[in-house]
Amino acid sequence: MSETRADRGRGAAVQTTGHAWDGDLQEFNNPLPRWWVWAFYATVLFAVVYWLFYPAWPVGEGYTKGPLNSITFEADGKTWTTHWNTRARLMRELKESPAAVRQRQYLEKVAAAGYDEILADPDMKGFAWSMAKGLFGDNCAPCHGSDGKGRIGLFPNLADDAWLWGGTVEDIETSIREGRRGFMPAFGEALGEAQLDDVAAFVLSLSGHEVDPAQAARGARIFRGDAGGCHYCHGMDGTGLKSQGAANLTDRIWTVAKVPASPSLEGKLEAVKRVVREGIRREMPAWKGRLDPVQIKLLTVYVHELGGGQ
Amino acid sequence: MFRHEQIEINAGLLIALTLVVISVGGLVEIVPLFKIGSTVEEVAEVRPYTPLELRGRDIYQREGCFYCHSQMIRPFRDEWLRYGHYSLAAESQYDHPFLWGSKRTGPDLARVGGKYSNAWHVQHLIDPRSVVPESIMPAYPWLMERELDYADVARRMAALRKAGVPYSLTEEEYRRNVERWGRAIADMLDIRRAEEALLRQAEAGNYDGDRRHLTEMDALVAYLQVLGTMVDFKKYGEAYFVQFR
Repeated sequence: MSETRADRGRGAAVQTTGHAWDGDLQEFNNPLPRWWVWAFYATVLFAVVYWLFYPAWPVGEGYTKGPLNSITFEADGKTWTTHWNTRARLMRELKESPAAVRQRQYLEKVAAAGYDEILADPDMKGFAWSMAKGLFGDNCAPCHGSDGKGRIGLFPNLADDAWLWGGTVEDIETSIREGRRGFMPAFGEALGEAQLDDVAAFVLSLSGHEVDPAQAARGARIFRGDAGGCHYCHGMDGTGLKSQGAANLTDRIWTVAKVPASPSLEGKLEAVKRVVREGIRREMPAWKGRLDPVQIKLLTVYVHELGGGQ
Repeated sequence: MFRHEQIEINAGLLIALTLVVISVGGLVEIVPLFKIGSTVEEVAEVRPYTPLELRGRDIYQREGCFYCHSQMIRPFRDEWLRYGHYSLAAESQYDHPFLWGSKRTGPDLARVGGKYSNAWHVQHLIDPRSVVPESIMPAYPWLMERELDYADVARRMAALRKAGVPYSLTEEEYRRNVERWGRAIADMLDIRRAEEALLRQAEAGNYDGDRRHLTEMDALVAYLQVLGTMVDFKKYGEAYFVQFR
């Protein structure tokens, strides 16, 4: 076995504890390394300094607050000075951190600008895009998906060109701020199975699917007449009505009926029938209580750019 | 002269002095929590959970949600921006035990209440990846299938009352709750009418979207939807809660 440094230094200078077990078994009493001892004293000193700067010792019903340290922050239009604590530090950071200061410059600019200006200015638009991406991920993505493509049957796709409630910035802003209630009555009881078949055939024919012409013609009469009354919301030509959030049925974009998922015509007809039979009841919550106006503005720009905004 | 060796070779003395040293450390940390009142926020609107929310909380614990989800927003800028206002001590004053958690495999849930619709929660709990493709959360489809067992909810509330949660068992306690939170809430917190209150809230809220069955999903979603919503932060100034530190 090689000789260690401890072995070399031992010799006569090393003390023992003085015990001897079994006659000759002794216990060394090596002193602690000097660096370790000094490091220990340094931590003691550090603690004393810490007490002077940070809340530390409980005293009675209060505590020492670190007399040599304080935090000044602005909130509610006033300047406050308090002993060091994480809440005060957060308030200061929200206003004064370099990122917050840079962000605020942009936020003020965006707040003052109209949508035309924001969309025309690459700098502001870029800011809106990157800031709103985080907002979207946190608030909107759980339903609409991180890519905004939604989920057929549950949550509308925001990344395409079709807009149930309108695709202008004003429409999008209203949707976010006030929320939307999508409603279509259930026609299962008003129309029988045969009539549902006819309506479904007509609806699919609107988007160019090859269906039985006679059936589609019967469906058209229900759709455009009072038996179904579908035209009140979807229009005589089936192009939808923005004020009701009624879908355009003439494109091949589906938001509720799971038509694209069915390869066969029978499957597609059944998917449409199901929606007509059961109706639609879905809700987009109003965000004005959770998000401030600038955040809603940024999200409006984001959603507008995400899909084919109008 | 005192020699450390005398402690080391005397087992009784060693035990006694060890206890003294550990007690000092413990007492210094624990006693101030009972003595220092200036760090407890004054927010009157925090109330105990209703019977339905309480059962939801039990299911939250049973399914181990707290292993992956914390309920504690710390006062850091990134958490403030993502989750909202930092958690207050007062907000978990009626939690026995606390469900603060210590690990975030999933996001913090301290303010998840009201953030998503009931329908989203139901869909997400049945099949998380159907709404969040990148999620690694397990599915909990049985919540929708299992009828909610609420036979013992009054006894659960009575047990919490013993721990200091102001559920009312007497007319006097009920009156005090009415003064604090109004009649509608006090009715929900009355142990004598717990089952009735639970059924009423489930009927009015229809949390799982299925009116025919009262399922565990109803209770869990009711609980999730109340998390972090009791304090109306708009009522208080930005600087108000700083003074309680």
